[in-house]
Amino acid sequence: MELLDKLTILADAAKYDAACTSSGVRRGSRPGMIGNTSSSLAGCCHSFSADGRCITLLKVLMTNYCVYDCKYCVNRCTNDVPRAAFTPRELAELTIGFYRRNYIEGLFLSSGVVGSPDNTMELMIRALRILRQEYRFNGYIHAKAIPGASPELVTQLGLLADRLSVNIEMPSEASLQTLCPNKTKSAILRPMGQIRQECMENKEALAKYRHAPTFAPAGQSTQMIVGASGESDRHILRLSQSLYDRYRLKRVFFSAYVPVVEHALLPSRDTKPPLLREHRLYQADWLLRFYGFRAEELLDEDEPNFNPLLDPKCCWALNHLEQFPVEVNTADYEMLLRVPGIGVVSAKRILVNRRVASLGFDELKRLGVVLKRARYFITCRGKRDTRLPLVPEKLLPSLTAADRNPLQQSGYEQTSLFAV
Amino acid sequence: MKDIVYEYDGSFDGFLCCVYESYTQKENPTGFFVGEADCTLFDTRYIPTVAAHAKRVYRSFFKTSQVFGPLLQRAWLTILPEKELQLFALIRLFYRLGPVALQDLSHETVSAVRRAVRHLEEEAQQLRGFVRFSEFGGVLGAEIEPKNRVLPLLRGHFCGRYREESFFIYDRTHREALFYAAHQSRIVPLEQFQMNAPGEEEAAYRVLWKRFYDTISIRERENPRGRMSKMPKRYWGTMTEFQSEDFFVSPCAAGILHSTVTPSADEAFPAPSAPDGIPAPETPPVCGHTAPV
Ligand code: SF4
Repeated sequence: MELLDKLTILADAAKYDAACTSSGVRRGSRPGMIGNTSSSLAGCCHSFSADGRCITLLKVLMTNYCVYDCKYCVNRCTNDVPRAAFTPRELAELTIGFYRRNYIEGLFLSSGVVGSPDNTMELMIRALRILRQEYRFNGYIHAKAIPGASPELVTQLGLLADRLSVNIEMPSEASLQTLCPNKTKSAILRPMGQIRQECMENKEALAKYRHAPTFAPAGQSTQMIVGASGESDRHILRLSQSLYDRYRLKRVFFSAYVPVVEHALLPSRDTKPPLLREHRLYQADWLLRFYGFRAEELLDEDEPNFNPLLDPKCCWALNHLEQFPVEVNTADYEMLLRVPGIGVVSAKRILVNRRVASLGFDELKRLGVVLKRARYFITCRGKRDTRLPLVPEKLLPSLTAADRNPLQQSGYEQTSLFAV
Repeated sequence: MKDIVYEYDGSFDGFLCCVYESYTQKENPTGFFVGEADCTLFDTRYIPTVAAHAKRVYRSFFKTSQVFGPLLQRAWLTILPEKELQLFALIRLFYRLGPVALQDLSHETVSAVRRAVRHLEEEAQQLRGFVRFSEFGGVLGAEIEPKNRVLPLLRGHFCGRYREESFFIYDRTHREALFYAAHQSRIVPLEQFQMNAPGEEEAAYRVLWKRFYDTISIRERENPRGRMSKMPKRYWGTMTEFQSEDFFVSPCAAGILHSTVTPSADEAFPAPSAPDGIPAPETPPVCGHTAPV
């Protein structure tokens, strides 16, 4: 089979994975090698596909042959699709060819399970070895650990990759059992635990010996499919939070389920992918990671799902009007961050600039603070910008108007300045 | 203080010399011209660029601030309207109030300069991803069409990334190029530049990339407006994935393919996958516009 055909099949089969960041490591160039990992922590988008998602890595599968039968997946063994496999050398060469032309920041390698998990991982490791050792590739590599592979192979993979991920895919054990009959919760969590452990040990080792080999310096991430099974937003968000807490994940990605098959247990084929829901989850995830929120604050049993009309922070603010308005000239950083419309950058700018001069609404505008939503929740030198009373019924329409067309920003999560 | 229009050579050092003159001669520049001003309504004076003067001015910034000099240098690369006048005003402000002046974003000049610099930095950041190289016999070459003069900001990044390679980036807008070879880099003016046609391997990689680009998008999620806001159309002109068909064909390969149609040429021309597409002995070169029809 021609390389072009293989690439077509194996990129097509990989595209439903949401993770595509090259962030989290900062490694300069090295003599005799090609590549650096992006000079800023933010990662680097090399293009945007027609769906508005950032392309930063060559995202492909080693092979889309798979012995498993996960119901939601195009590559499951019972699905009749063309199959292909890269040889390790082909893949290494393709990556270098793309990297030299600045098409990509590195490689995101995943795979269907061919033969056994161990066999699959060995193939992947061989490709990465060629890339790192023969081609002296110093760019970014994100590799998927295959659930069920032996710990030694996970270790080897971690020594070659910058980031590892094990995808949870199904947000609960029950859906895992019904939709992925060949996978178990423990097979997924075991490598996660191992990676967490080795990352920690590696940090200690690196602190002692500068030249100790690095193990997945950009940490690990995971992905959950949203909308294939019945879990609530609250369930998903709390699971994300516990993953951050317990496994020190760098990222949890959400992937709106795109129906690729007809199956009694899955939404029908004409269901639209729940993009807005995915977007809200990303916004909430942001609040967990950078804004000091906890999942319990954002959703409770009475309201287990996000409001499609309003972003989670706005919702939270409307339910906690007793904490507003906030005086921008005196509020502390944590509280500024809780104001709808004020992000990390704006909050920091406010802190710096209010030391020089007290801030009014004009000054805020000049600082680049977007006031569309914030103006309802702040005072400047004790004054409000608007006569609108702080009553939820009246606020809601103006706020939803400010949030119009949130999906224009979808894909935002991958490009933001704060991706870690 | 006397009002005056300065003529100078358009360089950053030249501008600093104008600053030097204005302070030593107690003059108030109301305009700056690169080369000769064609209007003599005002008093004009040509300020020659004297390295020592420029240096003195530049050094003076560092007495109170580590960031002002570099900030000015960046601002110099931007498309700030009335750049010289604005920067001159900023320097005055800085001399008067010290580094705190730079923090005051509510000041018109400060915020205008800062905004322009941010625009430059954002453009450079985006181009780090959007620049597309082609390979020509081991050398990597790219063209860009930026608004700001981003090459100095791209320099460190690409010299690190392609440490052991040779490469160049041509800036069509400002007609200058960044060259890197043997661990040395230079940015030089370059009036004219024409990119070579791709060889076979290069063309093949372009096709592979275009295919990957088209394949990786999820149809059910299509969002052209989202794409446009993240990657404005003005970048597309120099990006592989948006080029028209002939960009993906090597003229060498095309020539060979055409000629294989005539059976007698079978032996003379190697198959398209022959090493480097080098024509067999005693056959005319097939590259170029005169490929057999
Ligand atoms: S293991 Fe399951 S999810 Fe992974 S490729 Fe195979 S069928 Fe798809």
